[in-house]
Amino acid sequence: MTAPLVDISSVSHRFGQHTVLKNVSLTIEPGSYTILLGPSGSGKTTLLSILGGFVTPSQGKVLIRGEDCTAVPPAKRPTTTVFQDYALFPHMSVGSNVGFGLRMQGVDAATRTARAREALALVGLATAFDKKPHQLSGGQRQRVALARALVVEPAVLLLDEPLGALDLKLRRQMQDELKAIQKRVGTAFIHVTHDQEEAMALADHCVVMNDGRIEDEGPPERVYARPATRFSATFMGESTLISGAVTAAKDGTITVATQVGSLLLTGTLPAGTTVALAVRPEHLVLGAAGGAVGFGTAKVTDVVFQGSFKRVLAVSEKDPALHFIARVPAAAAVQPGDIVAVSCDAGDIILLAS
Amino acid sequence: MRALVRIVSWLYAVAIYGFIFLPVVVLVLFSLQATSFPIPPFTGPSLRWYDAVLADTRLTSALVNSLLVAALSSAAAVTLGFLSAWGFARFALPGSALLRGLITLPLTVSYLIIGMGLLVLFNWAGVPKSLLAAGIGHVVINLPLCFAIIYSQMGDHQINIERAARDLGAPEWKVLLLITVPVMAPAIFAGFFLSMTFSWDEFVISFLLTRFDTTLPVEIWNLLRSGLNPKTNAVGSLVFAVSIVLVVFFELMLLRRKPA
Repeated sequence: MTAPLVDISSVSHRFGQHTVLKNVSLTIEPGSYTILLGPSGSGKTTLLSILGGFVTPSQGKVLIRGEDCTAVPPAKRPTTTVFQDYALFPHMSVGSNVGFGLRMQGVDAATRTARAREALALVGLATAFDKKPHQLSGGQRQRVALARALVVEPAVLLLDEPLGALDLKLRRQMQDELKAIQKRVGTAFIHVTHDQEEAMALADHCVVMNDGRIEDEGPPERVYARPATRFSATFMGESTLISGAVTAAKDGTITVATQVGSLLLTGTLPAGTTVALAVRPEHLVLGAAGGAVGFGTAKVTDVVFQGSFKRVLAVSEKDPALHFIARVPAAAAVQPGDIVAVSCDAGDIILLAS
Repeated sequence: MRALVRIVSWLYAVAIYGFIFLPVVVLVLFSLQATSFPIPPFTGPSLRWYDAVLADTRLTSALVNSLLVAALSSAAAVTLGFLSAWGFARFALPGSALLRGLITLPLTVSYLIIGMGLLVLFNWAGVPKSLLAAGIGHVVINLPLCFAIIYSQMGDHQINIERAARDLGAPEWKVLLLITVPVMAPAIFAGFFLSMTFSWDEFVISFLLTRFDTTLPVEIWNLLRSGLNPKTNAVGSLVFAVSIVLVVFFELMLLRRKPA
């Protein structure tokens, strides 16, 4: 097994009294696309700044290619950053912007020009070489920033909410291009976002952060299907959350007492453990012909038509504190005020320690 | 009634501008006088007094001295002002607000006080009265101005631009030289030209701190002691013309700023 490209071990950071990172450890594999996903204030941007060298952590170590880079300044570490506001040099042409990193390395002008043109071609902006940044659109500036950061062939490319300033359509388009470019150059990308759709679409490895900690990490499919914590079950996609406590455990089967009655589930948690059950909206079944595990009946409060499906919100009749979120086919005849049976298959219930 | 208001407001405007510009108009007009006294009736136009100014080596060398002092002291003031603005904008310093206040304080102190203070100080330090001493005085009065102009233009957006340069491998001095200075160029030039304007017609400090070689305003004052003649008008008009050119450059620099 080869050493990881980046090894963050037990990193903590404080700004004054406020602790923004609490004992975070993370490894990044060569050639991977890692997404740091979390709400604002979760510490994801601070972690990226620590990787880029703009912030030196209060505690812990950062190894890049096996070398201790914890306190190495940005200029001297093998990382480059694509900033959220692009941070292009407004007084230089696009070509000079892209060639800047090479110029700092002492590469001669002819080679610089050739490689800058190559990098611009890679991001689909071959014709913009002589333009000034203010002549470009937001999406084009984004590409220039990407080319400028990639041309120096960093070990790791850091992207700070790179698509945050673009409108939705352009964001989805750039998202596909980012992934394609990453596959082509093979550089490890670490990308910070609060957009879970972006995370699922781009990541090989998804890291969910909250309150300065890593809540969950793994392939996005796994994080979505089997979130490790309550937070990641609600932040990475939506879930219905039912809280309960294990009352009996025997032969790999547990009985969980919940707001909507006792449920029999597979699991090995000892009796007395408090748990949360999470169910993804597409797994909740509304109506009589339901799944194996019943959650009683609920009153539909809201139906939102979303094109290919309807999003249904319902309140449990047994416990008004329990809100169901379900996704039903667009053709389903559900209306606010309907009383429906709610159920799901046992295998679709995600058991979370809480 | 409305017509009356219009007429009165026009008269008022004419009176105001007349009050401001009439002295200058009179000065320039009588610099073109053909006879020996700058008093009505106007006998020109004639350029004989301009010829006289350019033939007077004391005046021409004072003019060169003034230009040198203005250019060099402004270059020093804008350099120091830029570096301090950059320091205050980019680093968290203890007592930052107090220090910023102190650096701009000379703007509120009279030139006479600054000149006297420097005179005492230079006397004590053994620096002779000279153009250099006057130049240092001009740096003292213009540095706060340059600092204030440049500091006000240092936005947060540039922080990320500088970071990007550092991230791409630029050492700090290259970040300053290749990124910060060009990005701040309009403010830097504006500070430079405004400093030149102030240094160019500054009298009190130059009067106190120079002796044999002196600047143009001091030389004009010398000339005035022997009474009015159209030569003083001519040299005054030249001073005014140079000031206008500098102010125009200053305005152009401020207006030329286009969105990044």
